[in-house]
Amino acid sequence: MKPINSKEEYATYVDQKTPNSPILKNCFNAFWVGGLICALGQIIFEICKTRGIDETTSYTIVSISLIFISAFLTALNIFNKIGKFAGAGSLVPITGFANSIVSPAMEYKSEGYVMGVGAKMFTVAGPVLVYGISTSIIIGILYIIFNTQSITLI
Amino acid sequence: MDWTMVLKAFILGGIICVIGQILIDKTKLTPARILVAFVTTGAILGGLGWYKHLINWAGCGASVPLTGFGNLLAKGAIEEVKTNGLIGAFTGGTKAAAAGIAAAIFFGYIASLVSKPKIKKQ
Repeated sequence: MKPINSKEEYATYVDQKTPNSPILKNCFNAFWVGGLICALGQIIFEICKTRGIDETTSYTIVSISLIFISAFLTALNIFNKIGKFAGAGSLVPITGFANSIVSPAMEYKSEGYVMGVGAKMFTVAGPVLVYGISTSIIIGILYIIFNTQSITLI
Repeated sequence: MDWTMVLKAFILGGIICVIGQILIDKTKLTPARILVAFVTTGAILGGLGWYKHLINWAGCGASVPLTGFGNLLAKGAIEEVKTNGLIGAFTGGTKAAAAGIAAAIFFGYIASLVSKPKIKKQ
């Protein structure tokens, strides 16, 4: 093998050696696992509807049920395996948000219940809440300023 | 049971997850950044009033992905602003998303109580 002298040579060498991530296969797995989670949510929603529960409450019940299932599977160490297989398929639905809270809570138990479990729970969920809630407040203020959702008519 | 809605939820939910997967594979964004991006996008689309069309079409296919969580925050803020004014901008979003946040924290805590701490294999 000839020696590597420049940064560019090294970059091409690394490119040759790193395996191409099989993006099509990943997307396919993400599609059907993610779709399945949403379809399961919809089935729970339809069951709520047939029992005469109103729409907002039904969506809340769906969220809580999926979060519970995700937490349960995370505790049994099954969710991480699904996550490895499905990638964004289990990350993007609310199950991924729940997993991002439950997983570090379990992992950092040895560091104590306050600074371990309590603090590390929010390593991923914290930023999500910070940006989500801040955006919602800005949107609320913008709504007061413009007092209309007229762009929404599109 | 409305099976067409279940099918629509499967399709739209799948498509949103594929967008996330493409972002992971092509941009090397960390999962945390992707979740933040999805929530923020959902909140902006919800604030513009566009996201509700997706929810009307596919139900949980749009509400279960994290963009739906963002939409919930934005929708809650706007609803509360309509009734309570400026205070509503601060209370509405979190109030609407409270169930999800509280459930995740509670179940996470329970899971940490019942699970044995793993020893990390290096």
